[in-house]
Amino acid sequence: MLVTTSMAGVRRLLGAVGKSLKQGVSEASSNLPFMQTTYGFTKKLQSTYAAGFDDDRPQFPGTGSKVRFTEKLEFHLPDTSRTIPVYRVIDRQGEILDPTQKPGLTQDVVLDMYRKMVLLNTLDGIMLNVQRQGRITFYMTNYGEEAAHMGSAAALDPADVIFGQYREAGVFLWRGFTLDDMMNQCFSTHRDVHKGRMVPINYGSRDINFVSMSSPLATQMPQAASAAYAMRMSGKPLCVACYFGDGASSEGDAHAGFNFAATLDCPLIFFCRNNGYAISTPTSEQYRGDGIASRAIGYGISTIRVDGNDVFAVYNATKAAREVCIKESKPVLIEAMTYRIGDHSTSDDSTIYRSSEEVHHFKQDSPITRLQTYLTKNNLWDSDKETAYREEAKSKVLEAFHGAKDRKKPPISDLLTDVYDRMPAHLESQAADVIQRPIPRTRLHGGTQGCMMM
Amino acid sequence: MAVCGALVRSGRLSRPISGRNSAFIGSRFAVVKRLASALSYVPETAPSDFGETTKMNLFQSINSAMDVALANDPTAVIFGEDVAFGGVFRCTIGLADKYGKDRVFNTPLCEQGIAGFGIGMAVMGATAIAEIQFADYIFPAFDQIVNEAAKYRYRSGNLFDCGRLTMRAPCGAVGHGALYHSQSPEAFFAHVPGIKVVIPRGPIQAKGLLLACIKDDNPCIFLEPKILYRAAVEHVPVGDFSLPLSSAEVVVEGKDVTMVAWGTQVQVLREVCNMAQEKLGVSCELIDLRTIMPWDSETVIKSVNKTGRLLVAHEAPLTGGFAAEVASTVQSECFLHLEAPVERVCGYDTPFPHIFEPFYMPDKWRCFEAVKKLINY
Repeated sequence: MLVTTSMAGVRRLLGAVGKSLKQGVSEASSNLPFMQTTYGFTKKLQSTYAAGFDDDRPQFPGTGSKVRFTEKLEFHLPDTSRTIPVYRVIDRQGEILDPTQKPGLTQDVVLDMYRKMVLLNTLDGIMLNVQRQGRITFYMTNYGEEAAHMGSAAALDPADVIFGQYREAGVFLWRGFTLDDMMNQCFSTHRDVHKGRMVPINYGSRDINFVSMSSPLATQMPQAASAAYAMRMSGKPLCVACYFGDGASSEGDAHAGFNFAATLDCPLIFFCRNNGYAISTPTSEQYRGDGIASRAIGYGISTIRVDGNDVFAVYNATKAAREVCIKESKPVLIEAMTYRIGDHSTSDDSTIYRSSEEVHHFKQDSPITRLQTYLTKNNLWDSDKETAYREEAKSKVLEAFHGAKDRKKPPISDLLTDVYDRMPAHLESQAADVIQRPIPRTRLHGGTQGCMMM
Repeated sequence: MAVCGALVRSGRLSRPISGRNSAFIGSRFAVVKRLASALSYVPETAPSDFGETTKMNLFQSINSAMDVALANDPTAVIFGEDVAFGGVFRCTIGLADKYGKDRVFNTPLCEQGIAGFGIGMAVMGATAIAEIQFADYIFPAFDQIVNEAAKYRYRSGNLFDCGRLTMRAPCGAVGHGALYHSQSPEAFFAHVPGIKVVIPRGPIQAKGLLLACIKDDNPCIFLEPKILYRAAVEHVPVGDFSLPLSSAEVVVEGKDVTMVAWGTQVQVLREVCNMAQEKLGVSCELIDLRTIMPWDSETVIKSVNKTGRLLVAHEAPLTGGFAAEVASTVQSECFLHLEAPVERVCGYDTPFPHIFEPFYMPDKWRCFEAVKKLINY
């Protein structure tokens, strides 16, 4: 199924809408608060100034007009008893608790969600072994986060642009990124659209509107904010989604992303995968406040916390967030609570910093288990179907693996291209130097590859 | 502003003024003139085929460039701290009124956000012109520039790029800027494959090079020597024109000594050329590099092969400064033509000082001494 490439469309529309913006305010954004004030300070306080200081209210530009004085010396404490609740649809026994919350998804779509979650799980298991065999240099599994991926991806429009961190493979699968695409990237073959330039699992695709991912954390967050700004300028009823983790949300770029998205009215869904760990750092050492959801309020951003292992809850929340984003041209934060069942990556051994009992405990309520329980209870799935599909998934993954494992790597000249749009003179002489050297025999072409720490 | 100017001319305003508000820079010029190593800007003439011209100073020529960009490219936007009212250096004056507040807008005070925001817009196909208020404050954006902007095209196999991003920042000594309002960070960015670094020497150059950067399909960092914002005035073409990137310009032809600089330092070396001719009978060839990265080594090599002597000067500290790159390339490519070791006259390896600025700067006297060394080797 072909999906529209929204980015070329955005470029065209930006031009068309830009022309109409010459007069000042665009039609699409004429109701936005920041558009209506020249320098917000002046206009906001005009009515307050009219009353003079007889009106015994604070008149500082830094607060809203509804603020009041108080004569009580009291600090507002972070209230740990009133944390933002976790929205769910299905309980751990697979029952829908509130029938009004049942998502309007067809049976086929729900089964597709389940199969893709199992496919992802199967892929992860095989690729983990492939890395241990030294055939690829690195891998990151998505164990425990399959529902966060599928639920959110299913609620977005295929033309919504996505920015990710690194643990969003399920979102790629949902949108139609193939196993071949994944294998080509992981093996850095000549068919990798990235031309073999990045470590495994840094996927990206223009066809499915998912911007290529990079290693530095949270850098995508302010980028996603402006992508959403551009989306709004284009007038298209679309949004941008930005995935990041609990650890990444501590980065300065996260603060920048939140603040810019809020102040500049960007239709952006911030999707935080709070899986409890940033490598070995548990969330208790990552923040003192009420997770990431509570921070959104500080930025003036609507927020919701969801059960990230409940695919229906994730779906509902993302769908609702999307509507708000597009209708009101503002960001929304979703904090999906989940658990990272696997190691951080193949360079990590999480048994060093957490107990196997803890992992086992969370495995029992994994997203796949939860949905499977629901499906089984509703006679949509059974153990035979499970066995059959697991076999099918395995053979699909192995087929893609066998295709990629011996596939040729990109030409050596790709070392030096795409640094700029056109190769500059100094790189041309360096390119000549590279081409004439004999090919060094590296472990990447076969044999055991040592662990790459990252 | 007018009051300030009057105070300066009357000689009463003689205390150094610090702070981010550049409104005082023009009025400081009158005081600076009394110092031994003060700057004087020699106006240039634009090529006639660039059309009608009008008198503009540097900030006006940059304003004009952005006006042209926003007029011709409906996707172009300008953003940064304080750009909406006109900018602390007046570079964006009138543009928000003309093009609307969703095309020329303020961002929160966060350079890493400004850079990241610029990248995202560019990735989506919009022309993003980001302003960093002072080059001294570009460092929070260093990760976004180095790890993201510079690598976007390469790492994605040309699937995505942020070529439509241009970041502008005022740089360089201003007479009283000290550590945090005087820096020249070009060397940091020269070391990053994937971005372009451009520095103009005057208003005509600034407009042409900035328009070239905006049109160029690679992320560009455009550093504007802030002391020239008011001090440099010439007749600048009013229309749309570009000057080539990665193309050094021979500003003064000569045969005895090659001198290489960029930005304000080109003006300083112009004076040194005159001093060398008058006092030593030495003919200097002055080259403005214009683009620091990728730089036009061919023009410099050709010149040094002719003269056999090279002086490179910049305000940035000596060690690891871009003069080192030029010197290294020249010794490699022109070794047998060299009559003397390459001379570098740069800022000392210290943070940029306040009261000691006149001693820190690579002024015309230090450069003149270097010319003498080259000639007498």
